[in-house]
Amino acid sequence: MLENFREAFDGIRSHKLRSALTMLGIIIGIASIIAISSTIMGTNEQIKENLVGAGSNVVTVRLYQGDYPFESAWAQTPDYVPMLTDDTLMAVRDVPEVANATYYMQRDAYGQIYSGTKALSAGTVIGVDSAYLSVYGYTVRAGRGFSDSDFTAFRKVAMIDETTSAALFSGTNPIGQTLEINGEPYTVIGAFTRASAFRPTVNTLEDYFTYNQSTGGKVLIPAATWPVLYRYDEPRSLALRATSTDAMTAAGRRAEELLNATITQENPEVRYKSENLLEQAKNLQELSSATNRQLILVAGISLIVGGIGVMNIMLVSVTERTPEIGLKKALGARRRRISAQFLIEAGVLTCLGGILGVLVGIGLAYGISKMSGVPIFISWLIIAATVVFSFVIGMVFGAIPAYRAARLDPIDALRHE
Amino acid sequence: MLIRLEHIEKTYGTPEHPVPVLHDVNLTMREGDYFAIMGPSGSGKSTLMNLLGYLDTPTSGRYLFEDTDNAKATDTQMAKIRNEKIGFVFQSFHLLQRRRAWENVALPLLYGNVSKKDRRARAEEALKAVGLEDRMDFYPNQLSGGQCQRVAIARAICTNPKLLLADEPTGALDSKSGQQIMDIFDELHDRGMSIIMITHEHAVAERAKRMLHIYDGVLSGGQAE
Repeated sequence: MLENFREAFDGIRSHKLRSALTMLGIIIGIASIIAISSTIMGTNEQIKENLVGAGSNVVTVRLYQGDYPFESAWAQTPDYVPMLTDDTLMAVRDVPEVANATYYMQRDAYGQIYSGTKALSAGTVIGVDSAYLSVYGYTVRAGRGFSDSDFTAFRKVAMIDETTSAALFSGTNPIGQTLEINGEPYTVIGAFTRASAFRPTVNTLEDYFTYNQSTGGKVLIPAATWPVLYRYDEPRSLALRATSTDAMTAAGRRAEELLNATITQENPEVRYKSENLLEQAKNLQELSSATNRQLILVAGISLIVGGIGVMNIMLVSVTERTPEIGLKKALGARRRRISAQFLIEAGVLTCLGGILGVLVGIGLAYGISKMSGVPIFISWLIIAATVVFSFVIGMVFGAIPAYRAARLDPIDALRHE
Repeated sequence: MLIRLEHIEKTYGTPEHPVPVLHDVNLTMREGDYFAIMGPSGSGKSTLMNLLGYLDTPTSGRYLFEDTDNAKATDTQMAKIRNEKIGFVFQSFHLLQRRRAWENVALPLLYGNVSKKDRRARAEEALKAVGLEDRMDFYPNQLSGGQCQRVAIARAICTNPKLLLADEPTGALDSKSGQQIMDIFDELHDRGMSIIMITHEHAVAERAKRMLHIYDGVLSGGQAE
């Protein structure tokens, strides 16, 4: 056995250029598989990380007009969509998959939030109830949270996140300072932060739309003061915290049903839809995997071409070494031994090709990552699997040459000079 | 009897166009005999050699080796007989260029599944018998033609075969080296080795204890007198 490996390496070493060219097909095939799978897994790992970061298991249920979120800034709420009541909220909270739920109102506020001369370029104003912070898992970092009297007395107070704080009050303590929303002064009473840091990595437009709801500055104000800034009958959205990540989809769907049950028209144009980060991320993952699986298939075909190259060169090698085979047979080497020699030589050849391919593939993956910003993930399992697979390719395509070598007639083989 | 050939026929070619190579070949050989077979090229001496060495099988007739008929032997069994009972020496040495002298010598031992330690020891012993114990770790391209053939002889005898078959062992050598090789054969014969040598040089054939001639596939002098 050891002798067979030694002979294999000898054979490869004695024809360096030829062996290298033979390996090229395998190298290219394995390299592309490694590069593609690394980028797929990188993307998937990143999506997973982003989800773990999201952590809070929050599902939002919002009004949609067709496929797009309903914009209350531009459109009048249809008559068949009545204001959501506390009864509906209670019903949502009673769903087994729901840990907690709250109503909120939300508007994008581009260039509407100021403090002195500083502006928040991209931000969201959210009108909240007292449950909002706990549903999202936000904690008060400085100052205080909303008190009951803030709601009942219509106090114009606000809580801000780090982004807003940095943009408007960089370096100074924001508590007690005043910021301006849509021209109305609000006093900052507290700063909140996420319990777990959520910093999604955004590479593509899809990523951006998936995660953007969570980026940008946030300003929370008591829902009671919403009509001061915007409209009195602004439709409410629902945010719920599911009992677990796996329960998010079911919880969202139940809440969606409960909210849609309040709509008085059949097949309405405007209706509630749940937005589930998990689902969206899964879709992204599916998309990236599906396209890349086809690429792997193509790379697999190049491996077969490489295998045929190996077979070709092994046949040449058998012809070349006919006298050697004849001698070995004359000295008592059995067929099994002769065929093992060529099988192992082919296997070692493709295995070396596989190892080189892995190295090239990792390099390629880093290159792709550098150029396009797509994250990569190098899996030892994939590397081991491809190297073993390339060895198997050698064995498979080495089978015919090995069989031919084993069947050589020793007399003819010895006479062959 | 070590060897007994009875009415051996060997025909090549297709059934429609048979090419007879050996015709009614009879031969008996005792253990320790030293035969030389002479004949011009095309006379069938190589074919006879291949039959004797279990590299080929006769078309008809009986070949008894140590009183055993191996006509029904499988490929694997033939390989085993070649490995254990027969030593081959070829005109063109047939050494593996990427193996040291001792590794070339030990090659048949590898196929006989001898452990590596024993292989080296036995290869050294065989190389000593041909006077090359100081060249054990040399590669064939570092040795002269005569030395290469001595390595090949060492390879042939290291398994202690019953029969040594030599096909024109001096054919590729100058006369001085050829002389050395013949001396080694004499020595092996003195120690009891059975040898059959093919040659077309009369001077070489005369060193053997008996000379046989083969013309057009017919062997003369094959029967013990």
